[in-house]
Amino acid sequence: MGKVVHSNIENYKSLLKNYIANQDEQSLYGVDMVSKSFLKNNILPEEIVNLHIQVLQELYPDLSEDIKHSMDFLLEAMISYGIKQQEIQTLKEQQMAIKSEISVAASMQETLLKADIPSIDGLEIGAISVPAHQMNGDYYHFVKGKNGTLGLAIADVIGKGIPAALCMSMIKYAIDSYPEESMAPKMILENLNRVVERNVDSSMFITMIYAQYLPQSRRLIFSSAGHEPGYYYNKANDRFEELKTKGLALGVLPDVQYQEYRVDLDQDDMVIFLTDGVTECREEGQFIEVDEVLDVIKRFKDHPAQEIVNQVYKHFERLQGFQLRDDFTLIILRKKV
Amino acid sequence: MELSIHLTEKNNSLVIHLSGEIDAYTAPQLKERLLPLTKQNGTLIKVDMEAVQYMDSTGLGVFISALKSTKENNSKMKLIHIDERVYRVFKITGLDEIMDLEPRNKVERRNG
Repeated sequence: MGKVVHSNIENYKSLLKNYIANQDEQSLYGVDMVSKSFLKNNILPEEIVNLHIQVLQELYPDLSEDIKHSMDFLLEAMISYGIKQQEIQTLKEQQMAIKSEISVAASMQETLLKADIPSIDGLEIGAISVPAHQMNGDYYHFVKGKNGTLGLAIADVIGKGIPAALCMSMIKYAIDSYPEESMAPKMILENLNRVVERNVDSSMFITMIYAQYLPQSRRLIFSSAGHEPGYYYNKANDRFEELKTKGLALGVLPDVQYQEYRVDLDQDDMVIFLTDGVTECREEGQFIEVDEVLDVIKRFKDHPAQEIVNQVYKHFERLQGFQLRDDFTLIILRKKV
Repeated sequence: MELSIHLTEKNNSLVIHLSGEIDAYTAPQLKERLLPLTKQNGTLIKVDMEAVQYMDSTGLGVFISALKSTKENNSKMKLIHIDERVYRVFKITGLDEIMDLEPRNKVERRNG
């Protein structure tokens, strides 16, 4: 580094000499290069002024005292800029460190929250979840019960970024710790609400649908904690129906009771769950209506469930001016033989 | 998009007029202004949502934390003139049942 700096000092000297003689563009371009190299090597502004003084004295041994004093004055004036520059350097380094920590955290979150899609008799499952930023505030989770039932959670943590992601892990481990007997959707939400209300920052909350599928009765039982409504696709009449639910988001009040709802599935019926990230994306200022999501699902209804959810994401990704403002999560369950 | 926040005092109640969008970028501003007001014992704070066309869930978070604060500090908060689209967000999350909310009345607007 010392060598580089030294050669630049020599360079500065000859460029200045040239410029004083000719006022040429070449020298100006040259000094621009030199100054970039100084920056790279953390040379402070006052050091450059100091260099300038030395070069001037070499070139003009009879330099007037007044000019010399004025240069010393300029040197003093540059010192604060030097301190700022050093601060920026430190901040840059800190930012790099934080960035790399976040990416470690993001990949850790991915591992922690990894949701395998289980195979359930007579049920086809498709799921996609795409974060808008590095860390995902959406979450889905499947649990397969001993008697062949399926437990499904879809959630959106409000409050973005790292705090939201940390909260997600808390939820996952709380769900995992419940014994199988108490997997009824309303019980799960009531328990989770207490966990979230006690542990979370006052402006953070979670919306969630917890559903349980019972293969023997082909019945889906679900409860909603303030979550975007799901949809039921009835194959027989080729129509979607909103699954109307009531229930307060998790973490708002300490004691909340949730209601249970049910829908019985016939062959090729579907249930669609999503997070509001899906409907909060905007197309050139226009909101995407949920109808559009359902239209795309209908268009691909003869494809496997996983392909349908992929196609919906692709459809919105392709839209002009598409901007993923929020995490995007979509789950489709389809009754099969 | 920006959010502008104006505070007026009328008949012993505070009115906060909001104008713009409440999202992840503007929500911290709103929180900073709204929360200290909820800490004044016995006050009624009206939040006028007349000029708010968009609010995402981060905005909802601010109102939830303000609601919690009103309960702790014996103050009251009421949201008025809420746009249909914005009201939907309160409804989905079940907050319409525990908060004092007044949707925008189209007829009243035309006459007034």
